[in-house]
Amino acid sequence: MKALILVGGFGTRLRPLTLTMPKPLVEFANKPMILHQIEALAEAGVTDIVLAVNYRPEVMVSILQKYEDQYNVKITFSVETEPLGTAGPLALARDILGKDDSPFFVLNSDVICDFPFQKLKAFHQAHGNEGTIVVTKVEEPSKYGVIVNKPESSMIDRFVEKPVEFVGNKINAGIYIFNPAILDRIELKPTSIEQETFPLMAADNQLHSFTLEGFWMDVGQPKDFLTGTCLYLSNVNKVNPGALANPNSGYVHGGNVLVDPTAKIGKDCRIGPNVVIGPGVVIGDGVRLQRCVLLEGSSVKDFAWIKNSIVGWHSTIGRWARLEGTSVLGDYVTVKDEVYINGGSILPHKSISSNITEPQIIM
Amino acid sequence: MHPKAIILVGGPSRGTRFRPLSLNVPKPLFPVAGKPIISHHIAALSKIEDLKEILLIGFFEDSVFSQFLQDAAREYPNLHIRYLREYQSLGTAGGLYHFRDEILRGNPEQVFVLHADVACDFPLIQMKKAHEGHRGLCTILGTKVPREVANNFGCLVAKPDTNEVLHYVEKPESFISDLISCGVYLFDCAIFDEIRKSLENKKGNVETDIYGREVFQDGNKLRLEQDLLRPLAQARKLFVYETKSFWRQIKTAGSAVPVNGLYLEQLLSTNPEKLAKNTPGGPEIVGAVYIHPTAQIDPKAKLGPNVSIGPNVFVGKGVRIRDSIILDNVDIKQNACILHAIVGWNSKVGCWSRVEGTLPAAHNSTAVTKNGLKVQSVTILGKEVTVKDEIVIRNCIVLPHKDLKQSCENEIVM
Repeated sequence: MKALILVGGFGTRLRPLTLTMPKPLVEFANKPMILHQIEALAEAGVTDIVLAVNYRPEVMVSILQKYEDQYNVKITFSVETEPLGTAGPLALARDILGKDDSPFFVLNSDVICDFPFQKLKAFHQAHGNEGTIVVTKVEEPSKYGVIVNKPESSMIDRFVEKPVEFVGNKINAGIYIFNPAILDRIELKPTSIEQETFPLMAADNQLHSFTLEGFWMDVGQPKDFLTGTCLYLSNVNKVNPGALANPNSGYVHGGNVLVDPTAKIGKDCRIGPNVVIGPGVVIGDGVRLQRCVLLEGSSVKDFAWIKNSIVGWHSTIGRWARLEGTSVLGDYVTVKDEVYINGGSILPHKSISSNITEPQIIM
Repeated sequence: MHPKAIILVGGPSRGTRFRPLSLNVPKPLFPVAGKPIISHHIAALSKIEDLKEILLIGFFEDSVFSQFLQDAAREYPNLHIRYLREYQSLGTAGGLYHFRDEILRGNPEQVFVLHADVACDFPLIQMKKAHEGHRGLCTILGTKVPREVANNFGCLVAKPDTNEVLHYVEKPESFISDLISCGVYLFDCAIFDEIRKSLENKKGNVETDIYGREVFQDGNKLRLEQDLLRPLAQARKLFVYETKSFWRQIKTAGSAVPVNGLYLEQLLSTNPEKLAKNTPGGPEIVGAVYIHPTAQIDPKAKLGPNVSIGPNVFVGKGVRIRDSIILDNVDIKQNACILHAIVGWNSKVGCWSRVEGTLPAAHNSTAVTKNGLKVQSVTILGKEVTVKDEIVIRNCIVLPHKDLKQSCENEIVM
């Protein structure tokens, strides 16, 4: 089987992290974001993966090579010379996606969920039509495009963009499976698959919806990255609790803490819930962490307090510092002792020695 | 003859800007650098040869000072310290005149007059020497302040060579001089004749203000600065002694923090043995820190600079305190961080909480709010305030007996 991952551009919504690392390589729960997807695809029997990007992906090529061997997949980069929207990349990768009759997956690189590729494939093959859209239930459908099915059927009837009145609460989760026949519908030009291709497929009774049971999150921006981390960790707790830090380890508070084995944690800390501690991270004594992500090589000195924040690679948080309010630190940022940061987005290699009390970007 | 000294301590109505701390202690007795504000005045006066008597004049209840006077008597057995209570607020000079018989008993030649709400290193011996070198009736302690804040004070224009004061204006609207009065005076006792003259001039008199309107004055109220110093300057009987050392007013509660720092710095150079030191296995001490002997500080805490810790305070493991005053019986749980703050009596600060203020700029205004918003300044927790775990209290003034369960910022918590 084959798959296309829509990676897109520079990941500006996830800056300052994406100033250092292409978005697919930013670690989500201690694993490059795209690896969550590659793993799940490989498990579902995918052997050919196309990454659709619209920038030069040199950095990624070398890093992804080792995963080709590890997961026994072939990864190809499909580089757009002009932005092709969400459908155009399918046309650009026609050679791979259409090389045989088997269906192929398409997914958005920002999406994190309990990828149900096996079930999706079985569902798709059972209805026998051209495409299946994975949908997820949301509480506030008025913010999204809602998908309405035909009565008593999985077949999609219509799409309603930002409905004013309640028509349903299922939205496009950004994960699809298509037969190669869809390629005949798409030209090699900028096209939106959601707005141009899908309505026509629905009109031809060729499009079904598959409802996601577990969690789902678009983690393309810091606030959602943290929310997605919480959802992901809860799911790990459900399906593989042994992967999380032992709740009886003394420092775990409220559960759902993921710690890389190479990280070091000091005495009298209180960590959790919803904390991810990356490789080589050093945590001092008396540190309090909750709902935060500490990326590889960062260090948190004694008595610091961090909540709702992302600490970038090799950054240092000083003693008695306090971080909160969706603060995001790039790599090699130094926060001096006793400094308070509320909602600071701090670009790489900055040293912060005075308080940032209101959300702002530090260039 | 022996000189005497007077400390003008004011009364309950004069400490309103010192709220919320003055709700629980009269301002003159608020502790800075480990002892009440006026103890610093008394310590300086105790160094003057022949000075035997200090009178506190104000309109607080007598009981307010009784404990303090007992303690002072024990500490300074050679000084006679008494409290004289005015039957009503008489104005700064009115009280002096009212108690003139007490003051003049024993025929002192000179009398020091110190406002309670100033902090400085009180160079009284040098003032006395300067006073005896000129023929004025009064030597006033002066200091230079930045031009832009000078008009918040009593401004002096003096002849640079003779230090003779040519002009005195209380809080002028426009710039007069950057040399201001520190609220510390040395008078010849002949001053009482001058006061009598002023009073006689005022009684039943009609004055005109700067707009030419007629102003009727209360005959009994006499203000030291406006009613006494101004005529003295005009009569060329007023001289200034300028100090180059520190000086601060103690008006708002928050101003106690910089004042605490100035006194601690002074102690560090004169009596470092009274301050905390770094010892193996002890807490980390930075700069000048005073710790009351009954306080318990965890060895993993870090204190200073500019920190005073009161009696029976408990400071937990991993606590950081800087530029703050921690009053009696406060309990600070582990890993809390307290910066630019005053933590009131019996208050509790939870673990990983942060109590933070902003150090006010030197000599700035005493307004607590501006355009309806709280001015950023020292955070003050009143008596018996509880701060829950892991929250942040920034630039707040918290009135006594409040339980803070969530973070707050730039607020006065009633």
